[in-house]
Amino acid sequence: MAYNFKETMSKPERLAPGHRMCAGCGGTIAARNVLRGLHEGDRAVIGNATGCMEVSTFMYPYTAWEDSYIHNAFENAGATLSGVETAYRVLKKKGKISDNYKFITFGGDGGTYDIGFQSLSGAMERDHDMVYVCYDNGAYMNTGIQRSSATPMYANTTTTPVGSKSNGKPQNRKDLASIIAEHDVPYVAQTTFWKNFKDLHVKAEKAIYTEGAAFLNIMAPCPRGWQYPTADIMEICRLGVETNYWPLFQVEEGKWTLDYEPKKKLPIEDFLVKQGRFKHLFKKGNEYLIEEFQKEVDRRWENLCYRCSR
Amino acid sequence: MGKRDRLSGNEAVAIAMRQIDPDVMPAFPITPSTEIPQYFSSFVANGQVGTEFIPVESEHSAMSAAIGAEAAGARTLTATSSCGMALMWEELYVAASNRLPIALALVNRALSGPININCDHSDSMGARDAGWIQIYAENNQEVYDNFIQAFPIAEHADVRLPIMVCQDGFITSHAVENIELLEDAEVKAFVGEYEPEHYLLNDKERMAVGPYSVTDYYMEAKKQHAQAMANAKQVVLDVAKRFAKISGREYGLFETYRLEDADYAIVIIGSAAGTAKDAVDDLREKGVKAGILKIRLFRPFPAEEIAQALAHVKAVAVMDRAESLSSQGGPLGAEVMAALYCARSQALAVNYIYGLGGRDVRVEHIEDVYAQLEKIAAAGEVQDAYRYLGLRE
Repeated sequence: MAYNFKETMSKPERLAPGHRMCAGCGGTIAARNVLRGLHEGDRAVIGNATGCMEVSTFMYPYTAWEDSYIHNAFENAGATLSGVETAYRVLKKKGKISDNYKFITFGGDGGTYDIGFQSLSGAMERDHDMVYVCYDNGAYMNTGIQRSSATPMYANTTTTPVGSKSNGKPQNRKDLASIIAEHDVPYVAQTTFWKNFKDLHVKAEKAIYTEGAAFLNIMAPCPRGWQYPTADIMEICRLGVETNYWPLFQVEEGKWTLDYEPKKKLPIEDFLVKQGRFKHLFKKGNEYLIEEFQKEVDRRWENLCYRCSR
Repeated sequence: MGKRDRLSGNEAVAIAMRQIDPDVMPAFPITPSTEIPQYFSSFVANGQVGTEFIPVESEHSAMSAAIGAEAAGARTLTATSSCGMALMWEELYVAASNRLPIALALVNRALSGPININCDHSDSMGARDAGWIQIYAENNQEVYDNFIQAFPIAEHADVRLPIMVCQDGFITSHAVENIELLEDAEVKAFVGEYEPEHYLLNDKERMAVGPYSVTDYYMEAKKQHAQAMANAKQVVLDVAKRFAKISGREYGLFETYRLEDADYAIVIIGSAAGTAKDAVDDLREKGVKAGILKIRLFRPFPAEEIAQALAHVKAVAVMDRAESLSSQGGPLGAEVMAALYCARSQALAVNYIYGLGGRDVRVEHIEDVYAQLEKIAAAGEVQDAYRYLGLRE
């Protein structure tokens, strides 16, 4: 699996232009680049939880997906694709299919961390040969920026609005990649849009070609929900990594590996200040909130380093 | 030539499933249908079928995985009861609107609450608008026969709809009866190979399933679905005719029992029809012209045929093993009365709620219903058309 950037980037698009996702949407970037992990000649069935991606890419009678595709409902992308994958194994065994298929499903954090959590957990525990990709934009963006369990602490959302008695979401975010890793599946990785995308491409290919269940958690910023200028997405992602807010790591057969350690960790303010959803943290008198946020980032980073034996 | 055996309703369905040898079965246990996936798992474990069993983590995932598997091109079935089907509710609609011919063995059980594990029809009656074909059985032989006929009906090109094969929880699912089984090879030939026209894993074409449908298309999709449901009626009859040739057992949209010259009729679904037949035999000996119309096919609803079969009766009692809490009666009552009205029937009609949560229904209960029908016919009018049978005082 030697990585060749030029070759990877010149693969034909499997999520075609013409869909109706927003300009600068992180979810779309995640999907297009995960699909670059597929080897040419291999076919795929793409699953999709209800969400922005589904309603914008498969509006009857048009589909932007070059592969076979199934959307079922919001909370069952894991179970649905486990049915497709099982059908493949039977039909292949019976000699009714000759081509090789891979199974990849996309869900936002609403469909993955929350309403689809049980279905995902079941599919992972049963170890179906599939990849579940969460494009984590940290809120229910499709319905209009409501908080999810992936929403970071203090974020302003439409169900955790900042007000005279509220500093945004009171709770911390759920660490889903760790939870899925504890399912003891063959492959789990966390990534985002980082440098030349090698991290994402390599992890996507590994996830797709590892036999058994695999889970990819991709931080996929949403310009509308996070409130930043659309063109800044790569800078936002870079700051997420350099502040240790969104560490890049992999768990292969239970073995944790840290893929990047900033030489000089940046303070969390650098990540927060770019985003309108954290604007209130920079009001005078709210410095303690940023301190709290920093403490939480550091605590999680230490846990991760311990797991990665660093 | 068939072979005789002593089987519970659940065993009979499991054997029908083994003989069909489907591609995929996702299932989650719930009383009283648990035995079906349990028996089937042992067939898988012993290599008696080529099926992949998916031990899903909930009924919602059972139907979700069934949708995935069927859309992928695999013949798929599952089994459930009561709250299990309630958890599938959203997915029942998705399966039907995607026109996926999944077969569901439903062992009817009361919906919570209060929680109750015994028979009534509230689960399937609640799903009557989900767009599934619904077939009901009186006894173990019928549920076996209905299940063998399920895929040929559901997969027919004029239909392509999921099908629910219903039987009464515990009353038939756990009671052991003598039944006649078909030979494995006969079932295999009758059901045939599954050859879907479009599916996800087709080497020759790609396919997308489950679109976002805006107002421009949604209504047309529903109309096509409604047309497929209407088409199912003839297909059910055609498949029954073909089934009679291999089994010698005849089925229609419904069964009539001593109805041809009856003055008083009851319309009933499921195992209580057997009890009602005993009541009718007793009453006939006493000179009372009693008869029965036992529903087999509830979706699509054969309204015209039912009205025609009841055209000559003086009074009819429609028996509902489910409440709809409309303050007007049960679901079967509403549909049969609408059918009678549309046919300009002169029959006086009354609706009974009975047997909820497994409440026993005995011959004397049914005889009392006929006694009430005689009174109604004599009075020439119905006082209180919405009644309960066998309620504790």
